Amino acid sequence: MLGGVAFMLAAISGHAVEPAGTVKVSRGKVLIERNGERIAAPVGTAVLVADRVRTGADGSVGVTLRDNTLLSAGSNSLIVIDKFLFDQTTQEGAMSVGIRKGTLSVASGKIAKRTPESVDFHTPTSVLGVRGTEFVVEVAGGDDE
Amino acid sequence: MNKQIVVASLMTIVLAGCGSERVVLLPSADGQPSAVVVQDKSGEVVLDAPYAAMRRDLGNKYPYRSSPEDVQERFGLALSAQPPRPASYVLYFEAGGSQLTPESQAMLATIRQEIAQRPASEVMVIGHTDRVGSAEANDLLSLTRAEGIRAMLVADGVAVEKLEAVGRGERDPLVPTADEVDEPKNRRVEINVR
Repeated sequence: MLGGVAFMLAAISGHAVEPAGTVKVSRGKVLIERNGERIAAPVGTAVLVADRVRTGADGSVGVTLRDNTLLSAGSNSLIVIDKFLFDQTTQEGAMSVGIRKGTLSVASGKIAKRTPESVDFHTPTSVLGVRGTEFVVEVAGGDDE
Repeated sequence: MNKQIVVASLMTIVLAGCGSERVVLLPSADGQPSAVVVQDKSGEVVLDAPYAAMRRDLGNKYPYRSSPEDVQERFGLALSAQPPRPASYVLYFEAGGSQLTPESQAMLATIRQEIAQRPASEVMVIGHTDRVGSAEANDLLSLTRAEGIRAMLVADGVAVEKLEAVGRGERDPLVPTADEVDEPKNRRVEINVR
């Protein structure tokens, strides 16, 4: 059954064109790595599934996902949107966000409220599950990729 | 090279690559109890009180109690970049149609202002009905209501690409009722500005 769900999610995400979220705060150097290219990410930039959001030594960034999750990162950070699915009509969805290095603050949104088991955040060593939550994560000396 | 030395130096590289990690649970904005479950190969740690925290260093886990000052020092920049909290408004309708009550009509100006002042604002218009009529008819009515409000906002100058409209029918009542009950509080459109 898990395999079936994974297949279904893969089928949906392969189909999805809707952004996962939008950059609402962008200070200093903020880049998005997408399909091997680095693009500047000023306020208003769409954030897509598989995007890598990177801040420089003077950078910080805030992103609101479509389910109202608030993500923000401090300097020298690398955040990856591994998965984001959200159906506004049924309010069902799933998300997975990675922090490879730096600092991340999270205020979870509608998906975590309805189906917390389908939301995770992960560091290089651990997976964080949420129960209606605000928290911060730091990965010091993390890998640059 | 000695095989043991190779293994030992490889392990050093792996451990150095891990660096140190830290997770701190913050108080929730709505004051509700919350928790973070931190799971790795060796098991899980539950952080379920404000400022409950865990540091991870060279594969070892050290629970500790953080504080507002500690969080500010380590995470101040990340927290200062947090986007504004989404705002939610509820508009109510006269029975059986898409006509707003006079109070809700007056609230539209406030909502337009909120949309205008937020950076890169986006708006989700979510329609709801009471339980009078069939579930299918209410899906349609809720979407009609949401699209009506979206059209009003567009006519008022809000950029159409900022706006999404969905109908949730009678699935999500503000006041739970039996079927076929005329409940004004359930005939509503929620406007979520993020």
